[in-house]
Amino acid sequence: MRELLIGNHALARGAWEAGVRVAAAYPGTPSTEIIEALAGYPEVYAEWAPNEKVALEVAIGAAIGGARSLAAMKHVGVNVAADPLMTLAYTGVNAGLVLVSADDPGLFSSQNEQDNRFYARMAQIPCLEPADSQEVKDMAMLAFSLSEEFDTPVILRLTTRIAHSYSLVELGERREVPLKDYVKQPAKYVMLPAFGKVRHRVVEERRLKLAAYAETTPLNRVEWADRRVGVISSGVAYQYVKEALPGVSVLKLGLTYPLPEKLIRDFVNAVDTCYVVEELEPFLEDQIRALGLAVTGKELVPRVDELSSVIVARTVGSRVAAFAPELVSPALAPAARAPEAAATAAAELPGRPPLMCPGCPHRGVFYVLKKLQLVVAGDIGCYTLGATPPLQAMDTCICMGASLGVAMGMEKARGPEFARRVVGVIGDSTFLHSGMTGLLDMVYNGSNGTLIILDNGTTAMTGHQDHPGTGYTAAHRHAPKADLEQIARALGVQRVQVVDSYDLEAVERAIREETAAAGPSVIIARRPCALLHKEKEAVYLVDKENCLGCRYCLELGCPALSFNGEQAVIDPIQCNGCGLCIQVCPAEAIRKAGEGNE
Amino acid sequence: MNNGVVNVLLVGVGGQGTILAGRVLSRAAASLGGEVKVSDIHGMAQRGGSVVTQVRFGPRVYSPVMAPGTADFLVAFEKLEARRWLYYLKDGGQLIVNNQELPPLPVLTGAAVYPDNLVAEMEKLVKNMLVIDALDLARRAGNVKAVNMVLMGALARRLPISREAWEEALAASVPDRFLEVNKKAFNLGWEQNG
Ligand SMILES: Cc1ncc(C[n+]2csc(CCOP(=O)(O)OP(=O)(O)O)c2C)c(N)n1
Ligand code: SF4
Ligand code: SF4
Repeated sequence: MRELLIGNHALARGAWEAGVRVAAAYPGTPSTEIIEALAGYPEVYAEWAPNEKVALEVAIGAAIGGARSLAAMKHVGVNVAADPLMTLAYTGVNAGLVLVSADDPGLFSSQNEQDNRFYARMAQIPCLEPADSQEVKDMAMLAFSLSEEFDTPVILRLTTRIAHSYSLVELGERREVPLKDYVKQPAKYVMLPAFGKVRHRVVEERRLKLAAYAETTPLNRVEWADRRVGVISSGVAYQYVKEALPGVSVLKLGLTYPLPEKLIRDFVNAVDTCYVVEELEPFLEDQIRALGLAVTGKELVPRVDELSSVIVARTVGSRVAAFAPELVSPALAPAARAPEAAATAAAELPGRPPLMCPGCPHRGVFYVLKKLQLVVAGDIGCYTLGATPPLQAMDTCICMGASLGVAMGMEKARGPEFARRVVGVIGDSTFLHSGMTGLLDMVYNGSNGTLIILDNGTTAMTGHQDHPGTGYTAAHRHAPKADLEQIARALGVQRVQVVDSYDLEAVERAIREETAAAGPSVIIARRPCALLHKEKEAVYLVDKENCLGCRYCLELGCPALSFNGEQAVIDPIQCNGCGLCIQVCPAEAIRKAGEGNE
Repeated sequence: MNNGVVNVLLVGVGGQGTILAGRVLSRAAASLGGEVKVSDIHGMAQRGGSVVTQVRFGPRVYSPVMAPGTADFLVAFEKLEARRWLYYLKDGGQLIVNNQELPPLPVLTGAAVYPDNLVAEMEKLVKNMLVIDALDLARRAGNVKAVNMVLMGALARRLPISREAWEEALAASVPDRFLEVNKKAFNLGWEQNG
C-alpha cells in the first residue's frame, strides 16, 4: 500500500517497521512529528525528554540495554546532545541506535542554519541523507542494521524540505527484533582514559570499514547520462539537480560520511566537467578536493539559505548551457533568467510577519517590559516574537536557556546598578530544558538579577507538546507535574512571585519590586497559551462615543485590534477576550460585549 | 506544462487552513496514479504569518518545491497574499483568489497601508483570474472556517481529477462531524464560474 507521508512520518514508520522499541526527543522544528508519530505505535516507548542531551542518553541506555532505539532533534538540538554523541561514537552500540538530525536550511523556524553533516565527520560515524519520504523510510530501516553491523551510532540527516514534504511511501509490516543480551563490558562502555584510548583505535578501524562499505552500497549510485557533465549531489539538492539539469550524469550520495573515494574518483574521471551541488556548506566538495580531484561547487552554488531548482539552473545550469544547452531544463529558463524582478514587485507590499495570537499571555509582559524600558535578555519560544514591532522588547536571543547566562554576564560586566535594569525572560519549556543551571549560577554567584518565567503550560512554538511541567507525557498519560515555584526555591532563590500574565498592573508591580530587590528573583507569569483553552471568552468591543483615537491600545500589537482612520476597532472573530486592551485604554472606551447598553 | 507536472500553489495567512486544503488536493491527486509531492511550512511562520503550500503532481516529480513562474494554478486565500505570490504563476496560468482582506500587523498598527486596488491591478497582469467570495460561501455552507474547501471546489473543477477522488480525499482528511459542511462548501466552490 502506498501512502502520502511527510518525511518525519515516513521516518517514524521506518523505525517502527525496523523494530524500534525506545525513542526519545525534545521538540524542535522540523523534527517534532517524529516522536508524535512514534508515540502512536503501541510497540514503541516514546518520550519527550526535558532536552536533547537527555533524549540521546536515554537512547544510548536503551541501545546498550539491547533495544533498537532512536533519538530525534532539530539541528541545534544536536549541539545540546553533542557531549554524549562524541563519546557514544567511541563506545558504539549494542542494539542499533539512530540519531535523527533535522537541519533547517533557509531558517524557516530556527536561529541559525548550521550544517550537521559535520557532526558525522567529527564523530567519525555514518551520515545518511535521504532525498524523499520513501528514501527516508528505507534509510531509517537500513540505519538500524548498519548501526548493528558496524557497532556505531548512525546520523540520519533530514532537512526541512525532506522532513516536511509529502511524497508517496510503500508501507510494510513491523519486524519484531528481539532484545539483544545485555552483557557488562566496562572496557566498551566505561570511557576511562585507558579504555577511551583503545576505543579510539576501534573508531578509526570502523571508519575504514565504513569507507569500504561506501564503495559498494546501493545508497550511493551513479545515474549515467551525458558524460560531458557530471554532478555529485545528496539529499534534496539531488532533486533540484534532476529538475534543473535532466540531461547530466549524476552521482547521488545517500551515505555522505564516510565518502566512497574510488567511486567518486572514477565518476569525476569519467566526465569532462564535474560539479558538486549541495545545500549549505561545501561538506562533500572540500573532501572531494582533498582527494586531488577538480570539481566546481561553492564557487557557483550559494553557501547561504536553502537551494532550489532555479538556483541550480541559474548557477551550474547557465555554465552548462554555454556548451550543452540541451542538458538544461527549458521549463526553468525564464525563472533562472529573471527571478528577481518579479519578486521585487512583491517585496514592496506590506509584509506579513508571524505574530503572537490574539489573547497570547506573553503579550502583556512584553508590553510592560517595553513601558519600563528594561534590557531584556531573551530566549526562544513564541515569546521571541516580543522582539518584533510594535513591542520590540527583547535585546538578545542566542539559544535555548541563554537568557539567564546573558543577563548574568551583563550584570557582571556593568555592575549591580545595571542589574536593576536587566531581566531575563524564558518560557516554561525552555526553563526546564536548559534554564535551571543558569538560575543556579545566578544564586551561586550572587546575582541581583530577575528572571521572568512565562508559564503558558505548554511548548507552544513547536505545536503544543507536553513537557515535565504540564502533567502529561508524549503518549498523553498523566505524569507528575514539575512545580516551577518549588524548583526556583530549591535552587536557592528566595524571592519568587507568581502573577497572572493578563493582569498588567500586577505584572508591572512584580517587575518593579523584583528588579529593585537585592539578590536573585524569579517572577512566574502564568496563564495558559490562548490556543489551549477551547472555550472562547466573551469578546471586547470599542465604544464609538468614548474612543479618543489615541491609538494606545494598538501598542499591544494584538491582531484583533485595528484603526479605521479615526478610531480603534476590535474584530470579534479574532478577539480572544484576554482583556489587555481594556487595561491600556485611557478613556474607558473598551468594554466586554454584553456588559452595557447594546 | 512542465513534463506533465501540474504545479499548484496555495497561499494564505497562518490559520486559514491552507495546510488542510493541500492535504485534500494531494490525496485527490494521488488517485491519478503518478507521483505527488507537497511542501508546506510549519513552526514560527504559522503564527499569523504569510504561509504557502506547494503541491506538484505528474508522472515523475523531483523537487518538492516549484520554481517562480511555473505555477499552473495559484489559489490565494487572501488578496494581499495573491499579489505577494503572483510571480509564481506562469504565463497563462490560472489565478483563483478569495476576495477577502486580512490586514497584516504593519497595517493594523498604521505602519503600512493595505493596497486598495489589488484586484484591478491583478486583472491587468493575469488573463485567467477567478475572484470568489469564499468567506461568504463558507458562511452559507455553515462554517466560516470552510473557506479552504470552497477554494478547493473552485480549483477542482479546473483539474483533471475525478469528482469521486475528491470526495474520497475529503472524507479521508476531514473529521466526520465536519464532513457535511465541508462537502457543501466544496460544492459551492465548484459552482463558481469565471
Ligand atoms: C536546542 C533547541 N531545541 C529545540 C529548539 C526548538 N524550540 C524553540 S523554542 C522551543 C520551546 C518553546 O517552549 P516555551 O519555552 O515553553 O515557550 P512557548 O513557545 O510556549 O512560548 C523549542 C522546542 C531550539 N530552538 N533549540
Ligand atoms: S501559540 Fe500560544 S504562546 Fe504562542 S503566540 Fe499563540 S497564544 Fe501565544
Ligand atoms: S482585542 Fe483586546 S481583549 Fe481581544 S484579544 Fe486583543 S487585546 Fe485581548
